[in-house]
Amino acid sequence: MKSTEDRILLAHGSGGRLSHELVQKSLVPSWSNPVLNRLDDAAVFKLSGRLAFTTDSYVVSPIFFPGGDIGKLSICGTVNDLAMCGAQPLYFSVALIIEEGFRLAELERIVTSIKEATEEAGVEIVTGDTKVVPRGSADKLFINTAGVGLIPEGVDISGSNARPGDKILLSGTIGEHGLAVMSQRESLEFKIPIQSDCAPLNKLVVDMLAASPEIHCLRDPTRGGLATTLNELATQSKVGMRIDEENIPLQEAVRATCELLGFDPLYVANEGKLVAILPPTDAERVLNQMRQNCYGREGAIIGEVVEQHPGRVVMRTRLGTSRLIDMLSGDLLPRIC
Amino acid sequence: MCLAIPAKVLSIEGYQAEAEIAGVTRQISLRLTPEVKVGDWVLLHTGYAINVIDEDAAKETLKLLEEMCEVY
Amino acid sequence: MKFIDEYCNVELSQRLVERIRHKSAREVRLMEFCGGHTHAILRYGIRQLLPPTVEMLSGPGCPVCVTANADLDKAIALSGLPGVILASFGDMLRIPGSYSSLQKAKAEGADIRIVYSAMDALRLARENPHRSIIFLGIGFEATAPTIAASILEAEGERIDNYYVFSIHKLCPPVIRALLQSGEVKLDGIVCPGHVSAIIGSQPYEFIAKEYGIACAVAGFEPLDILLSIDMLLAQIESGKPEVEIAYRRGVRPEGNLRAQEIMGQVFETCPATWRGIGEVPQSGLRLRQEYQRFDTEKAFYVDPGPPREARGCLCGDILRGVKWPSDCRLFGQVCTPEHPVGPCMVSSEGSCAAYYQYQSHEAALSK
Ligand code: SF4
Repeated sequence: MKSTEDRILLAHGSGGRLSHELVQKSLVPSWSNPVLNRLDDAAVFKLSGRLAFTTDSYVVSPIFFPGGDIGKLSICGTVNDLAMCGAQPLYFSVALIIEEGFRLAELERIVTSIKEATEEAGVEIVTGDTKVVPRGSADKLFINTAGVGLIPEGVDISGSNARPGDKILLSGTIGEHGLAVMSQRESLEFKIPIQSDCAPLNKLVVDMLAASPEIHCLRDPTRGGLATTLNELATQSKVGMRIDEENIPLQEAVRATCELLGFDPLYVANEGKLVAILPPTDAERVLNQMRQNCYGREGAIIGEVVEQHPGRVVMRTRLGTSRLIDMLSGDLLPRIC
Repeated sequence: MCLAIPAKVLSIEGYQAEAEIAGVTRQISLRLTPEVKVGDWVLLHTGYAINVIDEDAAKETLKLLEEMCEVY
Repeated sequence: MKFIDEYCNVELSQRLVERIRHKSAREVRLMEFCGGHTHAILRYGIRQLLPPTVEMLSGPGCPVCVTANADLDKAIALSGLPGVILASFGDMLRIPGSYSSLQKAKAEGADIRIVYSAMDALRLARENPHRSIIFLGIGFEATAPTIAASILEAEGERIDNYYVFSIHKLCPPVIRALLQSGEVKLDGIVCPGHVSAIIGSQPYEFIAKEYGIACAVAGFEPLDILLSIDMLLAQIESGKPEVEIAYRRGVRPEGNLRAQEIMGQVFETCPATWRGIGEVPQSGLRLRQEYQRFDTEKAFYVDPGPPREARGCLCGDILRGVKWPSDCRLFGQVCTPEHPVGPCMVSSEGSCAAYYQYQSHEAALSK
């Protein structure tokens, strides 16, 4: 028999001594800050101004993947949701739902990566929760995070703000997160030199807003990929969009993997990219600023907003023809046909 | 139908081989193409090399295309 | 990527299109048999480049679209048997059968794994010696030899929990059936590329000889497809139909003899039922007597109930090339890529899905 200490037991979630030990030994020291350390029933802090508030649950499988893990993802995802409203993310909650039998060592790795992500993004975890569910009731570890952020004066970013004539910027290459995760799943057996792009984009957004406060829309093309995000924005703003296939940054390995599995990279998830829509006069300036940031180095102007075909996204192909880019329907499944 | 893409064979062990496409690698089967040599390009379909790519033919087709299009 | 990018060359494509426009004098109707070509034509917007005189019709070359409901229902029923892991290519998951789909069966608890290769299904068999691994063998001549090879491997390794449900289909027999019915008039056929990598170009000779229809085997990059169309137009113009290969880097006239041999060693032809087309003699593959122990038909019994067709769905007629997706009353209204009624709307190679994209594109640009 292996020692019982290195696994999470149901008792770790019972509210008793083991629960306390887990919180006080494994979580709080790592995420330590004055608000959290009080360990009251709720986090108490002062904040005034226009607030943004969001929550998201993370259930990625496998929980470790090239370029990140579920912990980093759970912070970056919520940071990015706030940043896409132009908010500066500040205070976070983290709730862990752990499957009985989960290795403590793996939990520690994830706690550390949560800590690193919060440090990079400059946010604080001020409250949290831990539950343990019987084996089989969850897949290793689920994480829910929520966050609040402050929106600076004068910033008005919304998915419904795109105007005809606006330029569409993309902060870098697409498709890496989705493929990095998929490459780790059973039964596919590819060795793919692709890392998840999972990253907090709030500082990139600050840089971009410094170059132009006129940014109309920001959104991170996560599930459903770039195609789905552009469709959402086109529908919300009741405008059409034209993009250029040639200008969309794409790593060769991503392209190859997509060819192999029959995917279209436009539909593969990203976790560290953003789409920005802004007036044409500011486009170059924001692009240049974007490229100074490590998460925007391969940024590009990929298209523009048009009056025609509201709610529709049309792509100019390499051959100079055009093609309608629809939302993703159904799951992304590898195909052989 | 029948998605297949060109892959380069890196190493061979019996009927198994390692093939590469733009840095992506996978174990593939050479059961259907035992004549393959290291360095050959194959058409890869569902993990099997279904044919060896004829590099000369590939060049000839491109040349043919160039010639055909010359007057246009 | 090598052997791909060279055949996407924009300038050459434009010049080739000019040449095709120049050459095309009268109205012709061509069929791209293969769903992969339907997909590529859509992806590169090739239709927009062709002169109005060239009509392109999609053929029945999408393996999931032509799978009969009875077979699909059986696969779904097999996945529900105790102790079974059903391994399938991802393509099949969303296809609606009479009562359910593999995707729904999975949600209801069936152990269904998506694999990229028969090799991966075989690995599942090695790793789960106490389970029965049923591999759903779909696909045409390009895929069937890979499944045959996996059976030979299983035999060599004495793996006794690997089974294949063979609903493979063969292309030349169904092309013959289509032409024989006389329902659809064609001037030329763009023949499948990767099927032909295996069977070669010779099996299409009868199309030119007996039916006087031009044939060109094509690859899947823009230049490959345009070259095949150019060849077809030249043949039609000269009145001398034959079988040409526009994809010589991947296809030899005699095909891949070794693969044919392995396919013939494990499988024998049998009648097969195609959606919309019905039973076509010698167009299916079943396991030979010697390999029966790998055959789900012999090892498992399921009764999924009588197959039903979705009411109003015209997939069958569309697969035969006698109806257009727009003829279907459900098209775009009830039946969309989000809520597909028939398989032709699910598969990214399906005619309805392709036409849906095409039509929305035209509608978007005309506004
Ligand atoms: S539109 Fe839908 S219902 Fe109509 S034929 Fe196509 S798949 Fe069937």
